[in-house]
Amino acid sequence: MDVAIIGIGLHRFGRSPDLSGMQQGASAVRNALADAGLSWKDMQFAYGGSQDAGNADALVNELGLTGLQFTNIWNGCATGGSSLHAAYSAIKSGEYDVGVVVGFDKHPRGAFNPKPADWGIDEWYGETGMMLTTQFFALKTQRYMHDHGITEESLIRVSEKAFTNGSLTPTAWRQQALSYDEIANSAMISDPLRKYMFCSPAEGGAALIICNADKAHLYSSKPLYLKTAAVRTRHYGSFEVFAPSQAMNVADASTVTASKAAFEQAGIGPEDIDVMQLQDTDSGTEIIHMAENGFCEHGEQEKLLREGATGINGSMPINTDGGCLANGEPVGASGLRQVYEICVQLRGEGGARQVPNNPKVGYTHVYGAPGLSGVNIITK
Amino acid sequence: MSNQVPIHEGLFTWPSAKPQLLGSRCVNCAETAFPAQPDCRNCGSRETTIVELGDQGILWSWTIQTFMPKAPYKSDETAETFQPYGVGYVEMPGGVRVESRLLPNKPEDLQIGMPMKLDIIPFRTDGTDGSGDQIMTFRFSSFKEA
Repeated sequence: MDVAIIGIGLHRFGRSPDLSGMQQGASAVRNALADAGLSWKDMQFAYGGSQDAGNADALVNELGLTGLQFTNIWNGCATGGSSLHAAYSAIKSGEYDVGVVVGFDKHPRGAFNPKPADWGIDEWYGETGMMLTTQFFALKTQRYMHDHGITEESLIRVSEKAFTNGSLTPTAWRQQALSYDEIANSAMISDPLRKYMFCSPAEGGAALIICNADKAHLYSSKPLYLKTAAVRTRHYGSFEVFAPSQAMNVADASTVTASKAAFEQAGIGPEDIDVMQLQDTDSGTEIIHMAENGFCEHGEQEKLLREGATGINGSMPINTDGGCLANGEPVGASGLRQVYEICVQLRGEGGARQVPNNPKVGYTHVYGAPGLSGVNIITK
Repeated sequence: MSNQVPIHEGLFTWPSAKPQLLGSRCVNCAETAFPAQPDCRNCGSRETTIVELGDQGILWSWTIQTFMPKAPYKSDETAETFQPYGVGYVEMPGGVRVESRLLPNKPEDLQIGMPMKLDIIPFRTDGTDGSGDQIMTFRFSSFKEA
């Protein structure tokens, strides 16, 4: 069976003080159902997840107790990617014809503060102040800049592009474009990354209606196709978050292996992608992910960014809705927000942020602790 | 005088005149881990031995923690007394890169490739009146090679 996406829904990212995380998830599902012209009782199965806003299957209290199969998924920042992979497999196997994938979250303000024991690490690591994702992204970026000749200018350009795109996206949290100088002069948080180079934990919801492609035209005049969904974890030697030590020989990151698997399964290559979403927890990480996903050589980013290649009108538009930098990161919803945006672009519904020339193939990539990546390829 | 107690058993030799970081090496594939663990992350073997990783290394990457982390961070500091600290990976002669707090906490004092040496330092004092055990942890600081 091939797999189609026939409905997409979002609950605005950012802060919704009057709504619980779960209500934001329900809102996203209702929007996706409306987009597909279907109702909750049509859903045969659901996969969903959140980190801090409760069990996804409790959404049935809001949406209806229809008896459907509902499985909760939690897989760090790759929660959305893993939920979508599960739904993809459920359709692919032929077991179901139509279902929903949903992610939502509502995080407290400030940096995440994970517990070492949840990640198989002893307490001393957190007590002495090394259990911070911001440090990892800074350490990886610092080494990457050293090895591949990337300068601070590139870090600034990624943020500049993100907030420009956010200013064109009505559903984005950060809708104000920031100048190069504002970013360059923002406070240093974790060297080499500054305040406006990090995304923040946030709130929001996203949902997709997934369907057996043979039946997609029964429901939708504009179905898109989920060509592949690949999730991979780290290998020995890859440089990952929450690691008290690293092996001497650095192996390919989980992003590299997930990306290669996805391209192989889809039978296409990076050169065939018209628009993409790459995990941008921070601007350094977006730069690294450009190469890890196969879209350029290591070090080539400096030139590409200077030329504006990753902007909406560039040759490789990345994070057209402003990505995590402009939308914040509600962990459960973030990976599905990426797919939502790619669908908007492939449908040609991007408005002020629409990529020109009728994009036909899109790509999404999430990276999550403690070293897993999810990649999706979506086509018209 | 209060006792000096390691923050976790088995991270470093203590007490010792010349403390060393401790790790484990796989009997089967010879890969090294820190902290020591009974099984090997590389080959899955369950035969590992405790080894000394050394007390000097080379800085592989670094950053500076500028804000006071939330729990599980547990020091004696308050928001007012918090001092930024360096964090980095130090390449050890024992064959592994170890993540550590670093003594220099200014970007101009840190550089990839610089030599670093191990210190065992008091990190906090247990008990509210300051009379409890001194909790010791490891840290690397820069030094000039002779």
